[in-house]
Amino acid sequence: MKKNQLISRRTAIITGLTSLGGLVLPGCSKKLPPTYGNILRMGDALTYVAQRTLLPGQSLAMEYQHSDISSFPATGTTNPADNTKPYFSKAYGNLHTGDFSNWHLSVEGRVAKPGLYSLADLQRFPSRTQITRHTCEEGWSAIGEWTGVPLALVLNSAGILPSARYVNFYAYDGAMTSIDMLDAFHPQTMLAYGMNGRSLPVPHGAPVRLRVETQIGYKSVKYLQRIVVTDEFVDTGDTGWAWYTGI
Amino acid sequence: MKSAHWIITLSFMVLSFTGYVILMSHPRLYWGQVGNDLTPALFELPISRNYQHGGWEKTIPFFDATGSPVTASRTYDIFNQNDWGRSLHFLSAWFLVLTGVVYLLSGIFTGHFRNNLWPRARELSRQEFWRDVIKHLRMQIPSATGGPQYGLLQKFTYLAVILVLMPLMILTGFTMSPAITATYPFLLKMFAGAQSARTIHFFASIALVLFLLVHVVMVIRSGFKKQITAMTFGK
Repeated sequence: MKKNQLISRRTAIITGLTSLGGLVLPGCSKKLPPTYGNILRMGDALTYVAQRTLLPGQSLAMEYQHSDISSFPATGTTNPADNTKPYFSKAYGNLHTGDFSNWHLSVEGRVAKPGLYSLADLQRFPSRTQITRHTCEEGWSAIGEWTGVPLALVLNSAGILPSARYVNFYAYDGAMTSIDMLDAFHPQTMLAYGMNGRSLPVPHGAPVRLRVETQIGYKSVKYLQRIVVTDEFVDTGDTGWAWYTGI
Repeated sequence: MKSAHWIITLSFMVLSFTGYVILMSHPRLYWGQVGNDLTPALFELPISRNYQHGGWEKTIPFFDATGSPVTASRTYDIFNQNDWGRSLHFLSAWFLVLTGVVYLLSGIFTGHFRNNLWPRARELSRQEFWRDVIKHLRMQIPSATGGPQYGLLQKFTYLAVILVLMPLMILTGFTMSPAITATYPFLLKMFAGAQSARTIHFFASIALVLFLLVHVVMVIRSGFKKQITAMTFGK
């Protein structure tokens, strides 16, 4: 090996490993969302840390024109009132029969004023309409117009406590997910009750679904039932699917 | 540099495999911002049972106007292994990108790129180029020298992989990320939409797999044992 090389192979390897460690370590020292000691979840955690470190959290996802609205498949749960399906919910069936007039969203946990919000209560908040792109993990995407209340308004009205770090969503079809405060207070993160100018159809999550425009589609859970604000990450076990899906 | 080469090779093979698994769950490719089973595809690949499965209920239009976009629910349980497929894809991508940065930096600072990859002025004549092309077509592969000197076509190919295809893969990959495009919407403009980026990502990956195959064939034909030793331990 020549002496005048700026970087020898050995230094390159050592420097490389050190910088890799530098990137991975902050992910280990702070308590992060799920890892389960699983190597796949380590990669997900690295993506989460990197995106939170390198990307400004509040940039808006691209919004489109009304003429860009595209056909939109309904996948996953498409009707929790269907008693032939494994995700059937009797409670949802009753609400569906009553045209969701008895539907209430419970907001609880680390908030000063826990309470129930009817659809009319949510519609009394200033509304937001956005035409955004839904990206499904399967590989397809679709553009739709969503109308709803920014989640930040509901959380502020419920008096979210300063120690809160996660917002957890529970749905009638048994789905549960959570987001961090950066995504929860993102201006486009909303509780949507309208789609393409009409009330949200059942296959797309009636009466109210979550929209998280900075993550992959499965984060935007449908058929919302309950929102729980927590200080700690609520670990519901490894579903196999990455918790953070900004990529 | 040589260990970086092999880490990148391994990451690339895992990325190709998981990329294929991910593509299997939606083997349709599009041009533009969006595309799905209810919109026309650019083309469709017969690589899983999801190919033209047709398992959709009757479509319902969103608007009253004719030609309105529609919605429909799925009646078909699709093949989908993206839970581990996506996570393993991104984990290998991390290995490739971080190692790739080390590789690029050492390639620049050790002079490997300048001395061995960048074509010399005298090589850049039309005669030299055609002579090398004809040699390749006749399969006259020079026997292993145990590393550089590289041939002219060899230099062009390596440079295309390092400077064009790899960055293209990474950027089109970024363009499919909702968090990254929120911060850098120019990516969506640059590649004419997230679905176009997905299609470019697919073709660039095909080009890289072809490169890998030709690269391996050339290594074998020019003296497998000597070349692999040189690629791993140096001269």
